[in-house]
Amino acid sequence: MSIISCKNVYMNYDSTKAVENVSFDVEKGDFLCVIGENGTGKSTLLKGILGLQKLNSGTIVFSGIKQGEIGYLPQRTVVQKDFPASVWEVVLSGRQTKGFRLFYTPEDRKIARKNISLMGIDDIKNKPFNELSGGQQQRVLLARALCATQKVLLLDEPTTGLDPFVTAELYKLIASLNRDHGVTVIMVTHDIKNSLEYATKILSMEHDGDFFGTTEEYMKTPAAKLIFGGDADA
Amino acid sequence: MLDTFFQMFEYDFMLRAIIVGVLVALCSALLGVTLVLKRYSMIGDGLSHVGFGALCIALAMNLAPLTVSVPVVIIAAFLLLQISENSKIKGDAAIALISSTALALGVIITSTTTGINSDVNGYMFGSILAMSDADVVVSIVLSVAVLVLYVVFYNKIFAVTFDESFARATGTKTKMYNTLVSLLTSITIVIGMRIMGAMLISSLVIFPALTSMRVCRSFRKVTVTSAVVSIICFFVGLFVSFAYSLPAGASVVAVNAVVFLLFSIVGIIKRKTS
Repeated sequence: MSIISCKNVYMNYDSTKAVENVSFDVEKGDFLCVIGENGTGKSTLLKGILGLQKLNSGTIVFSGIKQGEIGYLPQRTVVQKDFPASVWEVVLSGRQTKGFRLFYTPEDRKIARKNISLMGIDDIKNKPFNELSGGQQQRVLLARALCATQKVLLLDEPTTGLDPFVTAELYKLIASLNRDHGVTVIMVTHDIKNSLEYATKILSMEHDGDFFGTTEEYMKTPAAKLIFGGDADA
Repeated sequence: MLDTFFQMFEYDFMLRAIIVGVLVALCSALLGVTLVLKRYSMIGDGLSHVGFGALCIALAMNLAPLTVSVPVVIIAAFLLLQISENSKIKGDAAIALISSTALALGVIITSTTTGINSDVNGYMFGSILAMSDADVVVSIVLSVAVLVLYVVFYNKIFAVTFDESFARATGTKTKMYNTLVSLLTSITIVIGMRIMGAMLISSLVIFPALTSMRVCRSFRKVTVTSAVVSIICFFVGLFVSFAYSLPAGASVVAVNAVVFLLFSIVGIIKRKTS
């Protein structure tokens, strides 16, 4: 039973075609990696899933979740570089989603505290967000996304600019959310080698047609063989 | 010195200026935090120039200043937001276009009707005598509305300012809050420019936020500190202007600049010692 189902989606980026005839399904508990070169429409597709941009044609159907119930980990923005905000403020703002609320409830604070512990960032709770390392910032943003939903996480190149150790740790953290907490994960990434280790499904967006299938199936494609030097079990 | 201080409250025009000024200082400081962080610092400047154009038209046609300029500036704010979101002309360039056009229009209208008289000078650089009783009532109502709306939507405003895509993706109507902020900004600018002047009002939006960001590291602290700093600076500026017969708007800006420098030094020391 798929919770997100994209069928024949077409989308534009700045009035040029970016996403062409993309179809895929996400089932509960999946770890889907969206890979592909720059300019193949990964980010545009992501905007479509989140409802930030209209589709030209095709459909994206949600069942069991609503569009606004996707926890989103965006790429970090320039604005955030000198933005005065404490970790606590950022995480708590993840609760500011469902309709209007004047103040945060004790329940909101409890959920925020729980997700801060889950991400192992209790000790930096009161620190300014913009003075943290890249890896710590991503953990904070993950905690915020988890405050918005426990069902689906959508991550936009979460490891960009992180060193290999921090990247590996972040992947483990995301994988454990997927495995131990039943969070469905959709991740856009350049980092094919690492992502294949954790992904259950792959959507590879290429200029000459897309691939969608399980990770095992992807390993048999010519593209995978090219990357992994013919050794499909890498 | 103390005598002069209490003398300040004996004049009706000073009382009116103090009431309206403190409210405007508060509103602009709160909104300024969001505007500065969203890289919209110059929107205050642009809108005040539009306000100047509107005031010149009101003066030429003998209409009440606030009833003409409030709607005009609100419309301009919507236009600016729309342009910077949808067109190829980016935010800062759009502001520069609209503000200089409005300024030019104001100057043309003035020169063909009244000429640059003391009223027009007051619009440019502010006048402590500008507020009538009716203006004061309108200003109080509008400022209180701005304050209430800001407090009610504080958490939403934080979420949208910090990360607009996340807020939108999780179901917040970010466009509505952006519109709200620019609406509140327009109202604050129009009220404030009577005292501060079209050329100087934007400093009230920018200075307190930047000043508090030198020292504070959380959004809440920055917001509260901006509000306090802004009110104190306005008060001190007004007093200096009263005591030494200096222009009110310019004095308030000068005090803000001094406090900004002080906070910058404190910020540097704080970072070195921590």
